[in-house]
Amino acid sequence: MALIDLANPTRFLALAARVLPWLAAATALAFAAGLYLVWFTTPDDYQQGATVKIMFIHVPNAWLAMGVWTVMSIASIGTLVWRHPLADVAAKSAAPLGAAFTFLALVTGSLWGRPMWGTYWVWDARLTSVLVLLLMYLGVIALWRTVDDPSRAGRAAAILTLVGAVNLPVIKFSVDWWNTLHQPASVLRAGGPAIHPAILTPLLVMAIAFVLLFVTLHLAAMRNEILRRRVRSMWLMQAHAAQGA
Amino acid sequence: MTALSALLLRDMRLAVRVGGGALMGVLFFLIVVTLVPFAVGPDLAQLRRIGPAILWLGALLASLLTLDRLLAADHEDGSLDLILMGGTPLELAVLAKAVAHWVASCLPLVVATPLLGLFLNLEPLAIGAVALTLLAGTPALTCIGLIGAALSVALRRGGLLLPVLVLPLTVPVLIFGVAASNAAVAGPMSFGAPFLILCALSLGSLVLGPFAAAAALRHGLE
Repeated sequence: MALIDLANPTRFLALAARVLPWLAAATALAFAAGLYLVWFTTPDDYQQGATVKIMFIHVPNAWLAMGVWTVMSIASIGTLVWRHPLADVAAKSAAPLGAAFTFLALVTGSLWGRPMWGTYWVWDARLTSVLVLLLMYLGVIALWRTVDDPSRAGRAAAILTLVGAVNLPVIKFSVDWWNTLHQPASVLRAGGPAIHPAILTPLLVMAIAFVLLFVTLHLAAMRNEILRRRVRSMWLMQAHAAQGA
Repeated sequence: MTALSALLLRDMRLAVRVGGGALMGVLFFLIVVTLVPFAVGPDLAQLRRIGPAILWLGALLASLLTLDRLLAADHEDGSLDLILMGGTPLELAVLAKAVAHWVASCLPLVVATPLLGLFLNLEPLAIGAVALTLLAGTPALTCIGLIGAALSVALRRGGLLLPVLVLPLTVPVLIFGVAASNAAVAGPMSFGAPFLILCALSLGSLVLGPFAAAAALRHGLE
């Protein structure tokens, strides 16, 4: 089935209904396998003890925090260039998910930082640029919530998303530069030990589980958004009919 | 060309006449700088140390203040529709508006910087560095703000949304502006590197801003 066939929302809904249970099951399986590996097979770190297990939640969330913006950027190109009817639905429903993953990455990072660095928050370059990323997600969501007409909101949010995609590397670079200027890299060791397979395998399984979780939630959110728009247009039609009568 | 220069002159005239907000930004800048000693204490040594940062923050906020009128006023009286339908490329038209806005709202901030620098006990060298970095960096702020203004032009609560959209994107400009100002006084970095990056940011946004803003206007107002 080509991407263009999915432009018909009904066809997309049918596909989503067929695929979603399988995706949800796969997500649950991947999480079960990943959590089993994390809790029962990975050794505790010789320095960090059991807190190293936070990493298996933290790192996939941080990867997704950036990955979801990429998904939104591709969807935005779909909105502006190809005018694909589902592109802005995809972009809109990805934004809160991306914000949630970014928020979770920050929270787990700060919970991890408390025992490791002795503080919940340091103005480290990585933390700071992820915080700016969260602010940009919230800005996109705010824009979606300010414009009441969905297709106009979609194009405005698409432009903002692409401007953000151009700016994110610049922000990342400048925050790195700022941090090395202001404080030496004392908190986070640059590089760190190479990752042992005993850690890497569970981490990758958890990453797959989180990606599956995102795909599942994204499809479900897109379905909800399509249904919400149908309800909205029905209301509008009803209101017009009432006005005409 | 004449259409563009006419637009430029018109915007600058509107900004300085009654109802225009050109000097409002400078007044706001002055107030922000006046408020800082109340918050951090009147210790002159401390103020001298954080002075460049205060001036940059104040200028950043002051340049945001007038942004929501940049396109919204023209949208309300209908002249924005004429610009959209006119023969002049929209990208150039919004660039002309941004230049006019920069001359009317940001240049006064740069001019006011030496006086405010005296309040903060800055040395002449630091005052010069802050004024120079503001001169080089405020075009980036205006062009990034232009995108935000174009996105929020037709919204009822656009003025509220604008800072939320624009401020995260101004992080690099703030970082390199303050870094260059501090480097000029204290080191250990050279002034040149961050200043050149600041100029690069301005030039980059000068390209990105008008295109993104024009796209936002075309899609937003139909």
